[in-house]
Parts: sequence; structure tokens; C-alpha cells
Amino acid sequence: MTVMDEAARSAVIPRGRPAGRGDGGERSAMSYAFIALYAVLTIAFGILPALYAVYLAFTDGDGRFAGIANFTKVMGDFRFLPAVAHVALYLVMWLVALVVLVSFLAIVVHTVRVRWLSKTLRLVFYLPGALAGASSVLLWLFVLDPTASPVSGLLHLMGFSSFVQVIVPANLPPVFAVIAFWTGAGGWIVIMYGALNNISRDVIEAARIDGASTVQIAWRIQLPLLRKWISYMGIMSLAAGTQLFVEPQLLSQASNAVVPNDYSLNQLAYQYAFQQNDFNGAAAISLLLLVVALALSAVFVTRGGLFERG
Amino acid sequence: MTTVDAGRHARRPSGVSGWSGRTIVAVVVAIFVLFFVIPMVWLLLATTKSAHGLIVDHPFLPGSLGDLAANWDQLFGFQDGAVTAWVGNSALYAVGALIITIIASIPAGYAMALTEFRFRRSLLVLTLIVMLIPNTALVLPIFLELNVVGLIGSPLSVILPMSFFPFGVYLTYIYFSTSVPRDLLAAARLDGCTELQVFTRVALPLAAPVVALVAFFSFVQSWNNFFLPFVMLPSSDGYPVQVGLTSLLASTPAFNPSSAGAQSVQLPTLALATVISVLPVLIVFLFAQRFLVAGMTAGGTKE
Repeated sequence: MTVMDEAARSAVIPRGRPAGRGDGGERSAMSYAFIALYAVLTIAFGILPALYAVYLAFTDGDGRFAGIANFTKVMGDFRFLPAVAHVALYLVMWLVALVVLVSFLAIVVHTVRVRWLSKTLRLVFYLPGALAGASSVLLWLFVLDPTASPVSGLLHLMGFSSFVQVIVPANLPPVFAVIAFWTGAGGWIVIMYGALNNISRDVIEAARIDGASTVQIAWRIQLPLLRKWISYMGIMSLAAGTQLFVEPQLLSQASNAVVPNDYSLNQLAYQYAFQQNDFNGAAAISLLLLVVALALSAVFVTRGGLFERG
Repeated sequence: MTTVDAGRHARRPSGVSGWSGRTIVAVVVAIFVLFFVIPMVWLLLATTKSAHGLIVDHPFLPGSLGDLAANWDQLFGFQDGAVTAWVGNSALYAVGALIITIIASIPAGYAMALTEFRFRRSLLVLTLIVMLIPNTALVLPIFLELNVVGLIGSPLSVILPMSFFPFGVYLTYIYFSTSVPRDLLAAARLDGCTELQVFTRVALPLAAPVVALVAFFSFVQSWNNFFLPFVMLPSSDGYPVQVGLTSLLASTPAFNPSSAGAQSVQLPTLALATVISVLPVLIVFLFAQRFLVAGMTAGGTKE
């Protein structure tokens, strides 16, 4: 197995303070040297941009304090609520599919006893993860274009005969959900599989002897033990999904603007910054998205208990 | 194991997990296998076809090497070799960010795991929180910031933000705090090592596995990054290949009818571009499945 697994499994070092910090001077000076570059990067690309976005979001174009004017402006924008609705609908579809199917597929792959089969299945599920971002969207443009698609029969069966028909706005949330699932699910299946391997064989064995079926074992033992990982996956995916950008951006370009270029919130922020030269409005939207991501992350770090804290 | 298994199968209660249940599960899994495999296989085959062949030929029959060569020529002839430049840019950004990430995160993770200093805890919590924020969330704020200092358009505007990689620091932190005993460091100190020597002579030689792990995640993330370079680099010369794909897409008449002309790109050429844009990551992925599990589950096994 891998180093990190071994590392994590081996006895955890007592969390106490390191011995001998009394002879401090040189030691903590060296510590600061060790963290210096990382600290500089954290400040430059984590803290400062966030603070600058806060500043821009609460000032106007001339740098005067504007209160919440930028927020009321972007939220009152006729494109704002539709963008929220688009992203929300996409998120619901994607997250439900992710949670249900990833758990299901991970448990099934885990029950497969034939080694090569289980290994091949995992590889097949996980490889599309290499095609992230623009590449996977491009691939799916092909798949969804009935003239070139490898599954054109299926598309025709569903009543689509041209690309433009496939990507009418009402279809986009499921389309994006499918793309995101195709790219991202495999990684999580592999991770859940790893987590399932950590469930003690004795527990499963005992359940079997008590007469539990495979389904009962999955439902009563494996799923509850996966809960932590499922919520991890859910939170990470929720945070990432609110950032939807590349999929609608490329589709908009590929469809000659049948898909609007302000379909998602991040696109709207981009439009504010680069079409309207309104950095204050762009900062306000970015800040709203950042607050959502921060809140999710903070709840998870402080309540989730998945990550050990020193 | 086999004998035990056989006994177990015999005892398995019938019902949903019986014969019919298993068939249904097998069919569902087969459907998902097709769902994951078909697009990839088809994409590879599409690169060997002509634009006409792509539409009329059977989707799962390979084309010819001649067509592959023609597609190759068209792709690398696009805008006088723009694709070569984009791939080079991607490599520059991803490797540049990788090097800075390693230099920044290995010592930082080490210090946070095995030494004591004043803001250790705050830095650790901050790292955890920022690590879970999607990296796109800070792109526009970083753009606004770098715009002030006039870095937009420079390779540094991409490399430096990519080098801020809290996940790498967290992985290093977990590695050092769980697999390098403090006693080892204490012994080195007793032997007269300075703090710097403790790090370079004891900790660093043990760090190879975590360096590989951080390198894997950093490289994949940087290579696939779209939003950051899309925003930071206004000129096509500076595009990484992921962003360059949008230029190709815009020049593909099949998707953008207004683009027909001398520089137009055919569908199989676009397919080839897609393959080339992911090739390095695909190769890394083929060999790194366990890295993924190791990295994502690091620290999570503690109940």
C-alpha cells in the first residue's frame, strides 16, 4: 500500500508540544525560515486578494465607500437570479447523482472478488478524471453533437437531431451534471473504495454469520461507515460546483451564444470585470461566492472531524 | 481464501442479492462502464479519421494513419505552430509552479509538523480552510490584485498563484507528523546537528514519497487549470493548451459557422487537440491511482 496510508495507520504521534522548546531562540527562528516562502504566498495569493476584493466590493469606481451599493446592484441585475437558479439546479442534479451513484458503484466494485476485474473497473471509472476542464467539455461537445456523436442513435432516440437542440437552456443543468459526473466520479469511487477497504473484515464476517445479505451489509454497515467520506465529497463538490465557469463558457462559444455567456455566477462576475469594466461589481459577486466557499470549508474543518488538527 | 469464499456463497441468503439481483447490478455496472469508456475510446479513434469519415464511417472503426498524419499537420500548422507554443506554455507554467510549490511546501509542512513556533496553529487552520476552497474562487480577486501591480499577461501572473498550494503543505504536514518520529530529530540534535541540518540531513532524505505526492497533485491541477490563465493572459501567445483549445474551438466551422476560412479546424483535428491537451496528465494518471487515494485520504483515517 501507499506511504500515506501506512503513515496514517501507524501510531499517531502524541499531539503534545515538542520536547525542549525551552531552548527556543535558534529553533523558532529556523521555523520561521522554513515557513517563510509559504507564508508569503499565502499572504499574496490568499489573504491579500480576499481583502482587496472586500475593499473593492464596498467602494465605488472612485474609491469612495459605497456601503452595500455594489451588492444591491449585482443582485438586482436581471441576470443574477437566473444565474443563481442555473447553478443551483445543476448542483442539485450533480450532487444527488454523485452521492447515490458513487456510493453504489464503490460498494459494487468492492464486492467484486475477481482481482483484475475490480482493478480494471476502478481504472475505467477513474481515467476520465485526467480530462478536466476544457478538454472534457470539448469531448462532450462531440458526444452531444448528433452529427458526429458515437451515440448519435441514442440522441436521435431522445429526439435530438442537431447540436442546438441538445443544448437548449433547459437541458444544460443535466448536461453539465453529466460532464461533471463523467470527469469527477471516478476519483471519488477510487477513494470510497479505499475507505471501504479500511472497514475491518471481522465486522463484515460477523454480519455474514448473523445472516446479513450483501444488500443489508451495504446498507447497515458500509454506507454508515462511508458517511464521513460522502459528506467530504458533498462539501467539496458543492463548493466547486458553485464556481461553474468553463463548461458554460465553452458551450456559449461553441453554440454561437445559444448558451448565454452570463449563464453562471462566475461568468457574470467575469462579464462585470471584462465587458463592463466594473471591478467593484465583479468583486461583489466574487465575494459572495467566496463567502459561500469559505463557510462550507470552515464548517467542515471545525465540525467535520475528518482532518486532524495539531 | 477461495475455500472460505465458496462456503460463504453457499450460505448467502437469497433475495435481492440472489441471482436476479446480481444480474441487475451487473447490467447497471456495465452501463456505467460504457458511459465512462465510450467517449474516451471514440475520441482516440476520431483522431485517425478525416472530417468526412468521422460522420459517415462507423464510430468505432479506426480510420487510417494517413488521416491521423493529416490531422496532425493541420493541428500543428494552426496559426503557424500556435499549438506547439501552447503546449510549451502549459509545461512552463505547470513545471514552474511545481518547483516553487515543492520549495515552499516541504519546509513549511515540516516546520508545522515537527517544530514549534508562534503562529503554528493559526497557520495550520488557515491552511485547512483555504485548501478546501475551490481554486477558482480567488481567481478574480487575484486578477484585480495583480492588475494593480501590473503583472497581468506575464507568465508570473499564472505561475505564482498556482504555486500557492495549501493542499501540498497539508500533505507534507500529515506525512511528517505521522511518519517521522520526533525522537529521530531529537537524536540528531543531541549529535550536534543544527536545526537546518536536522531538516536537510534527517527529514529531507525521508521526504521523497511526499514530494512525489505533492508533485502529482500540483502538476495535474496546474496543467488542467483553465480559469486562472483564461483571466490572466489576454494574448494568445501566452495561452496554455487548455485555454488554447478555446481558440481552436472558435475556428471550428462545425461548431462556429462564422469561422469558415483558411484557418478553419476540422472536427478530427479538434479531437486530436483534445487528446494532446490531456496527454501528460493522462500518462501521470495511469501510474498514479494510488497517489490519488493516498492524498485524498491522508489524515482522514483517524477516527
